[in-house]
Amino acid sequence: MATLKDLSRQQELFSGGHRLCAGCGIPPIVRLVLRAANGPVVATTATGCLEVGTTIYPYTAWRVPWIHSAFENAAATISGAESAYKALRKRGALPGGDREIKFVAFGGDGGTYDIGLQALSGALERGHNFLYICYDNGAYMNTGIQRSSATPFYSSTTTSPAGQVIPGKKQWRKDLTRIVVAHDIPYAAQTSPHNWSDLSKKAEKALKIQGPTFMNVMSPCPLGWYTKSEDSIKLAKLSVDTCYWPLYEVENGVLKINYKPREKKPLVEWLKPQGRFKHLFKPENAGLLEEFQDRVDAEWQRLLDLEGKRL
Amino acid sequence: MAQKKKRLLQGNEACVEGALYAGCRFYSGYPITPSTEVAEGMSVRLPKVGGKFIQMEDEIGGIAAAIGGSLAGLKSMTATSGPGFSLKQECIGYACIAEVPLVIVDVMRGGPATGYPTGPSQSDIMAAKWGTHGDHPVIAVTPSSVPEILTETVRAFNLAEKYRTPVMVLYDEIVGHMREPLTIPEPGELEVVDREKATCKPEEYFPYDDRHLVAPLAPFGSGYRFHVTGLNHKQDGFPTNDPKVIDRNNRRIIEKVETDKERIWKNEETALDDAEVAIFTIGSTARSARFAVNELRKSGLKVGLLRPLTIWPFPDAAVAELSKRVNAIVVPELNLGQMVHEVERCARGNCEVEALTRVDGEPITPAQIMHAVRKYL
Repeated sequence: MATLKDLSRQQELFSGGHRLCAGCGIPPIVRLVLRAANGPVVATTATGCLEVGTTIYPYTAWRVPWIHSAFENAAATISGAESAYKALRKRGALPGGDREIKFVAFGGDGGTYDIGLQALSGALERGHNFLYICYDNGAYMNTGIQRSSATPFYSSTTTSPAGQVIPGKKQWRKDLTRIVVAHDIPYAAQTSPHNWSDLSKKAEKALKIQGPTFMNVMSPCPLGWYTKSEDSIKLAKLSVDTCYWPLYEVENGVLKINYKPREKKPLVEWLKPQGRFKHLFKPENAGLLEEFQDRVDAEWQRLLDLEGKRL
Repeated sequence: MAQKKKRLLQGNEACVEGALYAGCRFYSGYPITPSTEVAEGMSVRLPKVGGKFIQMEDEIGGIAAAIGGSLAGLKSMTATSGPGFSLKQECIGYACIAEVPLVIVDVMRGGPATGYPTGPSQSDIMAAKWGTHGDHPVIAVTPSSVPEILTETVRAFNLAEKYRTPVMVLYDEIVGHMREPLTIPEPGELEVVDREKATCKPEEYFPYDDRHLVAPLAPFGSGYRFHVTGLNHKQDGFPTNDPKVIDRNNRRIIEKVETDKERIWKNEETALDDAEVAIFTIGSTARSARFAVNELRKSGLKVGLLRPLTIWPFPDAAVAELSKRVNAIVVPELNLGQMVHEVERCARGNCEVEALTRVDGEPITPAQIMHAVRKYL
């Protein structure tokens, strides 16, 4: 695995000067993933913040061939590119000569959990050789903070507004990583940008594996979480230390938890600084906080029970 | 009587007000710029009036759930823009053949594909008419101001309920995002139409009763058992291969709109009586056109404006009549020429017809229109 020193020497494939917000979790994720490729990469991006924020004409932050097709089909587009590459390589007709090219698709939670799930599932099932990265910031941030199926429990968004009728989103978030694992692909993982080493290692591993691989990455969003820009990495870490967002990987069907907090922090430490959970701290909502904590505990326990087992 | 309060509303917010006024109690949709404020507004307002808002997993789900909501008996709506409108097309055709009342709001942005999400456009005119495959009826209304979005949304629901068909509300991003003062009408001030309910005995009920152009629609769960499908069907709703029945139904769903189009058409005429040149346009472009007409009239130039509030069915009669008494019809539109072909068709060579197009994401200005019109004066 590459050391920090190795990584720092590699060419930056995702440049600065893009228009993603200060404190956005996406840029460090993309930079670390592209560095981990350590070779030629083709990237595709679903419609979303990453797409619009990095490619406003006449500028681009991408120093790799890059495609945006539509909202729902990043995984299908990369399937086509990867299949054509394989066919050309087999015929010895690859422009630029025979060389290993990595294919990476990026999508937000809306473009992955919701509208893009069909394309993702199809690509995983067909077994294309690619890495899918979902940057999960927990809502449709690009269109102005609408709920997605990744939105956390009781989070207030513009389409699940906390008020007299509902206390924010009433549904538990879809466990996408588990759905992906059910496709029986060689590698799936959850990671977070506060832990560059974990993210980097996982990306490196995923890109070396032949076949479809997937990483679900926690991506703080100051705009949609109503948090301070400078707190993003701290909040990413808290999501892991509270066990809301466990770091784990499933390699050839076997689950490994990559990080177990020595002291599991109470969920409120992650919730409290975020404006989207502000309503939960009213005295009448104490029960909701308790319910949220119980569910996080149960999910964490479920993961502990599965550790080392073949799923 | 207490004085009614004026409010400063955005176009998309006025759409929410119109839908609620019309009795819409079900909204399902998906976030997409520049229509998202409609979903956001409905998510806040519907629960307060006992209605239901659902954010779906994608655009197709957004319209499919609204079809379900309507069949279950609630006036239903979805809103979208360009790429979402493309994704919804199969279900629009489904709602046409299954004869499901439904309102689809399309806040038009630049296309094709992702295009220009935050820029105005009027390039979905033909997509509204021909986006879904097969022959089908289309009703589309085209408001050009914030208050008109409210009243035209109400009218869209009325038409959907009356003809048992999907009705589109088409307006460009400028009208959707602009703010204008508006007074919410009192109940009873605007006409509100509800679908005709079934009153016969359940065993005598046919959802596509041959005896009607538009048969009464019983809500699911009301004791009237019936079948709904996107296949060609008989009057009981079950699929059929009978050529006569297929032919009759394919023609009937179009006829129910075509034979009544004089009641569906709605045009606004400005200074057309003695006009030598007419402008034909909709939406934000009509606002520039109205300004242009006023300016030219000040110089004594005889220019008028025909503004359709119903673009589909196309106002054939009004355009045909106009073409006989003007030298030219200028058609400014935020696309590369869509309405102009319909105007040409209706004018039958009676006068010159010229398109004024713009697709750079900027509005057509009054100066552009004045320049285009002057050639014919």
